Amino acid sequence: MSDEILIVDGVSKSFPAGGGWLRQRRVVQAVDNVSFSVVRGNSFGLVGESGCGKSTLARCLLRLIRPDRGRVMFEGTDIVQLGRRALRRARRRLQIVFQDPYASLSPRRTVFQTLAEPLVVHGIARGAALRPRVQAALAEVGLPAEVAERYPHEFSGGQRQRIGIARALMLEPALIVADEPVSALDVSVQAQILRLLEGLRNRRGLSFVFVSHDLAVVRHFCDQVAVMYLGRIVELGPTRKVLEQPLHPYTRMLRLASPVPDPAARFKLPRIEGEIPSALAPPSGCPFHPRCPDAMPVCAAVRPRTVEPEAGRRVECHLYG
Amino acid sequence: MTAEAVAIETVRRRRSAFRFAAAPLTWIGAALIALIIVAALLAPWIAPYDPLEQSIADRLMPPSAEHLLGTDSFGRDVLSRLIHAARISLAVGVLSIALAMVAGCAIGITAGWIGGWFDSLVMGALDVLMSFPSLLLGLMVVAMLGPSLEHLVLAIAITELAPFARVARAPTLALKERDFIEAGRALGLSELRIIVVHVVPNLLGDVVVVASLWLATAIRTEASLSFIGLGVKPPTPTWGGMLREGFETILDAPWLSVAPSLAILATVLALNMIGDGLRDAVDPRLRRD
Repeated sequence: MSDEILIVDGVSKSFPAGGGWLRQRRVVQAVDNVSFSVVRGNSFGLVGESGCGKSTLARCLLRLIRPDRGRVMFEGTDIVQLGRRALRRARRRLQIVFQDPYASLSPRRTVFQTLAEPLVVHGIARGAALRPRVQAALAEVGLPAEVAERYPHEFSGGQRQRIGIARALMLEPALIVADEPVSALDVSVQAQILRLLEGLRNRRGLSFVFVSHDLAVVRHFCDQVAVMYLGRIVELGPTRKVLEQPLHPYTRMLRLASPVPDPAARFKLPRIEGEIPSALAPPSGCPFHPRCPDAMPVCAAVRPRTVEPEAGRRVECHLYG
Repeated sequence: MTAEAVAIETVRRRRSAFRFAAAPLTWIGAALIALIIVAALLAPWIAPYDPLEQSIADRLMPPSAEHLLGTDSFGRDVLSRLIHAARISLAVGVLSIALAMVAGCAIGITAGWIGGWFDSLVMGALDVLMSFPSLLLGLMVVAMLGPSLEHLVLAIAITELAPFARVARAPTLALKERDFIEAGRALGLSELRIIVVHVVPNLLGDVVVVASLWLATAIRTEASLSFIGLGVKPPTPTWGGMLREGFETILDAPWLSVAPSLAILATVLALNMIGDGLRDAVDPRLRRD
């Protein structure tokens, strides 16, 4: 058994939606019985269309949203059950980078204030000891030391994302949850940020949970990938295998919908049929069956079990048992 | 927000400072208030007479070279009383607004932050408070507690709590959904620190605008309460008190009521001019043209 830094076991989260007084309360099952694990030093990708619950899941991992059920074992302790103080300690090792670099930095705080704050509140450093640490963090994300006195609005999106990454690094975490960290950036900037994250992973031995809807980015960055559909993981396995020989029809569609550098593939471009169904009223049986090209009668009636067609791969589909 | 939006935002911010400077009314208001504040601060040195010194021989004298604004029914110099009264009026106004601002913001931020039924309950209670005319509400509070300077400040503060709570609550609702609040949580900041360090500075601009506008109302309420005898006790001069005393002899000595009226008018007008200027500088909807 390899060294697993994060084990997610049966995590579920639902939100009340609409309804209210005297009206029937409805529930969105945003994350439905999700399990996976991340090996120390590896990157684990979570992919899926928007609304599939991947950002909710990402927040459950840090307990920014408390899961309804399940365990999130991080370095051997269950994050879900921790008391306030222990949670605070655990989060020093577990950080998050957000999608929108314009919303993730406090507009009235200088870069120095933003980066020094976690050190101060955790009693790691204060006074004159703060500046060298902040400068070291800025250097690590490729920003000059002078930017420390500037405000977020003076930076470009890529620079702000670098500041967000520096902030996540201040407490020297072991695992970073990156929630679509490059999807709000220009393609050229995306590559820079990905290279930065890669460098951090190699230098610091960081582990990542990498949420994305972009298969090209996941292919490049992740060792393992899980494909989510309506709150469930429908396929999971090593990135290369999952993306080159996808098992689940949904993964196949996702793959074909994302540009592949292969001229031969250009001639057969099936579209993903239809819209993603409402999470308020998920389809019966397999949630993907209304859009599935391989749907069988059983798919509408029975929810498929998780099967392991080969070691280290998982798929939820009737095609495989 | 895109990079372009941020660039526009930066330009707007610069332009808003420019607009504040460019609005002549704002500057007139600021100059007027500065004059009143300086006069109030220097009252003991610039007032020609002791505001409490009575002189029966000189009672109800019309404005003259000796008494620029005349004398009242006790022979006290109206100009000296007017200048000294500015101290009380401004102090009561500023103190009550400061109190209303701190308490109102605390209530509004707490309600917005906690949300749910607590929010509905608090804001509902404030709506009830707001539905009373401020004079009536202040009157009730002072009548219950008894007239004194402290109670006057408290009464006016209570009447002006609600607007501050409303203005603080709305941005709190928006801010608490922002990623940097969640990042703060992930970094282990306490809820209190998140509110004080990351929420309050982002709503202070709106609150200051409200403060400058409601300061005028606070001064008016103070004058009204003094006018009906629920303000600061005589013989301490206040504008409202002077107005009431002058009212008794308005046909014989109209200058007694005209002088404090003009003082109140000038102060309220000047504060509103400043408030309007500040609002235009801060309000993004008015910034867009």
